[in-house]
Amino acid sequence: MILLPSNHNLADRILRFICWICGSLVLSFFAFLFFDILIQGYEKLSIAYIFSNSLNAGRAGGIAPMLVSTFLLLLLSLVIALPISIGSAIYLAEYTNEKQWFSRFIRLSLSMLASVPSIVMGMFGYAFFVIALNLGFSILSGALTLAAMILPLLIRNIEDTLRNIPDIHRLNASALGLSKFRTIFQILLPMANQGIFLALILGIGRAMAETAALLYTSGYVTRMPDTIFDSGRSLSVHIFDLSMNVPGGEQSAYGSALVLVLFLLSINILTHWIGQKIQLRSIT
Amino acid sequence: MTDRSQSVLSKSAFLKIVPDNYITTPQTNSLPTFIDIQNLELSISDQIIFEPLTLPIYKNHVNALIGPSGCGKSSLLNVITRLTDYTDNIKIEGQIHIDKKNILNSDIDLIKLRRKVGMIFQKPVPFPLSIRKNFELPLKEHGITDKHELEEKMENALHDVGLWQEVSSRLNESATQLSGGQQQRLCIARILALEPKALLMDEPCSALDPMATRIIEALIQQLKEKYTILLVTHNLSQAKRTADYVAFMWYNNNHGKLIEHNHSDIIFNTPANPITAAYVKGLTD
Repeated sequence: MILLPSNHNLADRILRFICWICGSLVLSFFAFLFFDILIQGYEKLSIAYIFSNSLNAGRAGGIAPMLVSTFLLLLLSLVIALPISIGSAIYLAEYTNEKQWFSRFIRLSLSMLASVPSIVMGMFGYAFFVIALNLGFSILSGALTLAAMILPLLIRNIEDTLRNIPDIHRLNASALGLSKFRTIFQILLPMANQGIFLALILGIGRAMAETAALLYTSGYVTRMPDTIFDSGRSLSVHIFDLSMNVPGGEQSAYGSALVLVLFLLSINILTHWIGQKIQLRSIT
Repeated sequence: MTDRSQSVLSKSAFLKIVPDNYITTPQTNSLPTFIDIQNLELSISDQIIFEPLTLPIYKNHVNALIGPSGCGKSSLLNVITRLTDYTDNIKIEGQIHIDKKNILNSDIDLIKLRRKVGMIFQKPVPFPLSIRKNFELPLKEHGITDKHELEEKMENALHDVGLWQEVSSRLNESATQLSGGQQQRLCIARILALEPKALLMDEPCSALDPMATRIIEALIQQLKEKYTILLVTHNLSQAKRTADYVAFMWYNNNHGKLIEHNHSDIIFNTPANPITAAYVKGLTD
């Protein structure tokens, strides 16, 4: 991509200024949020806070069980959602066009899923996973609900990436007599892996930030989960509970928020790094 | 070149003088053909792309297909490799015989067909993988899994296109880092590794610089010893330099029509059809 020369006339200067303001606003939103959390929460942050159990409804002690629950929820929901997303994105991009009714139906379902408020999704998760499938308030119920929530995001991004691969690669593969199976798995998916990792990052962000959908599904006990069938409180639910229901819990809420933000940041960086590694490997 | 010839010949001016069956077939019918196209007609969404055409593609010769843009030359190549299967609302009539089989039959094995008839596209597009992988994927698909055999076939093919010395030390690097001309030779080598019988080339040099073009043209001359070549080109001098037989397509009532087919010398020096004469005159003027 090239940068066109600017600053030639007044309109150029004004446009440049307005766009600069917009960009700076975004930066300052994040900076404000981050520094607010940092300043209010840094006192709480310590090794002990991260590795010890919660005491006195979260006012004292640490957040180890929440971290473990969050990690399990995240891992499980991605393990469930990613294969389904890649599969349906391949189906939408490589086996159907927009005109077919079945693909239209999938797309409609995706738009609906994407726009369902998370509290409604939580109620659905409660009715279906917790009650109907008898999974109870458990990390598994929460992860299944989260998976359903991040599916549209993952599928859209992966499908877009696949569709953005120029058709000439498919024609070339066809002209060389490559099967569709090999074309998809050895040419198209490796070409799409950055898009898939981007989708993954977005999905992780969405899943980690989710609160309402988890209240009714994975519950909010503060003890350490033994298995995925135990109830567990995610970090975001912990923050919500401390700030809403626990008088004197604000400081601890800030501490947890700081951990959550740092956790998100490091996952972003890590995923990006892994994405680049994989891109390099698929070339050779 | 095309623009110029179109200004010399306005389409409508010639519609009146295109007689219905003005196709001259070469007198050398004793030559063996590899691809035998008979009464082939193609339409997409009820729009005729080209009128029924009969065209023998001679074995171990360079057969060029010339004519203005949009007269159906590339579509013809796509029909022969059945890449038209991926286009909606397509109607194909007639027959194309390769090795005594009509490849338009629905029971034809497309993977085998495409191994037999390799296609080179206008824009060279290697897969964005390593040079080695570009060979391994198609070869493995066609059942060659032995490591030594894979290496050998890749090396031979790269030798055939004169690329071995240039890339032998960087087979594990991405193929997209090669220059345009190298990429096109890689694409040709990738096809050659599959040991096809024929090569269909759709304007293989139009995205290349003159130097790279000369290399590909020399390669085409050398390849016809082993392969049957069908070359679509807009470049008349390229057709003159490389082709043994030339088929000329033109528009008739807004769709493509084969006007004349003959030995290259005849097409370029003493064509039978006045339209051919005017079109190739663009070259000499």
